[in-house]
Amino acid sequence: MLLARIKEALDSLYDDIQETQEAPEAAEIETVAAEAAVEEPAAAAAEQEESKPEEAEEPATPPGPKETDYQAKGYHLDVELDPDKVVTAVEILNRENFFIESITGVDWIDDQQLEAVYDFNHFDELCRVVIRTRTDRNNPAIPTISHIYQGANWHERETHDFFGIKFTGHPNLEPLLLPEDADFHPLLKDFKA
Amino acid sequence: MNGLLQQDLNQETFILNLGPQHPATHGVLRVKLEMDGEYIVKAEPVLGYIHRMHEKMGENRTWVKFLPNCGRMDYLSALSYNHGYVAAVERAAGIEVPERAEYLRVITVELNRISSHLLWFGAFVLDLGGFTPLLYAFDDREQILDLLESVTGSRLTYCYFRFGGVYNDIDDSFITGTRELIKRLRKRMPMYDALVTKNIILIKRLKDIGPISKDMARRYGATGPVARGSGINFDVRKDEPYSVYPEFDFDVPVYEEGDSMARYMVRMDEIEQSMRIIEQALDKLPEGEIKPKKAVKLVKPEKGDYYYAVEAARGSFGVRLVSDGTNTAYRLKLRSPTYSNLSLFDEASRGMLLPDALALMGSLDLVIPEIDR
Repeated sequence: MLLARIKEALDSLYDDIQETQEAPEAAEIETVAAEAAVEEPAAAAAEQEESKPEEAEEPATPPGPKETDYQAKGYHLDVELDPDKVVTAVEILNRENFFIESITGVDWIDDQQLEAVYDFNHFDELCRVVIRTRTDRNNPAIPTISHIYQGANWHERETHDFFGIKFTGHPNLEPLLLPEDADFHPLLKDFKA
Repeated sequence: MNGLLQQDLNQETFILNLGPQHPATHGVLRVKLEMDGEYIVKAEPVLGYIHRMHEKMGENRTWVKFLPNCGRMDYLSALSYNHGYVAAVERAAGIEVPERAEYLRVITVELNRISSHLLWFGAFVLDLGGFTPLLYAFDDREQILDLLESVTGSRLTYCYFRFGGVYNDIDDSFITGTRELIKRLRKRMPMYDALVTKNIILIKRLKDIGPISKDMARRYGATGPVARGSGINFDVRKDEPYSVYPEFDFDVPVYEEGDSMARYMVRMDEIEQSMRIIEQALDKLPEGEIKPKKAVKLVKPEKGDYYYAVEAARGSFGVRLVSDGTNTAYRLKLRSPTYSNLSLFDEASRGMLLPDALALMGSLDLVIPEIDR
């Protein structure tokens, strides 16, 4: 049961949010996730306390990975995270031998946010995991995952081309599909040719 | 070989430009190679020479008007791209497809897959210095193009599928023509096998050349024959069944070696498997409508995002839609397989001789317009 296992592992990434909501559940953390959480706890916790208070007040949608209706949507698990937790989540997927399908962006101009969407799938058992994260549209920055999945290198360069999202730590964030001197990002909704 | 490289790292290397106009790149791909003599130290593919921004075009025209674009990404197996797009929109908008239409989709897509593999076969052997097989392969492929032209109306840039069905029904001459083609190919494949596959020169050029490990394929997201040549049993038609593929009995050729020969063998075997699918589909072809009784004119998928993947000739082609509930896409992401397959070229080609790297590149089966989109 890959889906259940990966859901549980990713769920632990939300522990610090859940703690502020309901204290008791923090005890049961899976081993895989425990290792992962060690790697960057301080920054994640700080960011959580600043930016998440509104969401924490909504009891209707508890944070965490959501199972979706595969027949209707085409993917199994929908994981919305803060940018600084993406690397930890992707490390969990890498340990479970997922492969990377693609990375892309969506411009939510009305919210003044850019969303990065990471698609993963598994060779042995059908399990499509979507990781999404939102960043400020005026200063979009997300940590790179190209050191974990080398294939992400080009996907991140393409997303930088089209949306201007800076993948911090990327070894070579030069234009890939656009001309080498391109200073525009054509998939932004306010882009005018 | 690697030891030699390490030792000589202090020596001067030079930059060699392969392309953008080079016969082995089949289109306009440029590869900046850092060379240590005859050996590759680093290879940097430079993309975008024919980038057309299909994804932006998807955002400024209606769902229906984007249909012709799908035939202009991978011009060698355009129908798979048609299929991926219409199926994604059908999933998002909840459009039903009659069974006969799905059968016609499978028959034409598989014909297209064979024609794509045949062209690859000819061009690949041409890259390696054998000119003649190209002419034979084109002869066979021509028969398929004629068949597809008779039903779709075009030879390469197909726009045959519609939301909820297909544009045109097949007739008896198409069915007999297809059966004859399969008969013909069953005679030709043993000839290719004897003349090319068992040819000692070809074997020496491909065996153990350009190994791609399972893990490398996974880290780069390689799919299709490239992954299956590395021992990964992954085919979207089997692993994420769509359309009417579950109704057919076919095998997924997998080779463990991971070298260029393995990728060659996967594609050659796939031609036979595609023929098996077509035969069964023709035998079972149900009567009935080929499109909805009431034409689908206004497509307005519900708000949300949707994913749909199909197995194109070169790997997993995925469409990610974001709909805002209007008749135009809010975002349309096209995940093309060769883009991921090519991205591993740098790592896979390090320490290789230049002619061997060209064999590796040919075995990836690149189609540049599909990479650049």
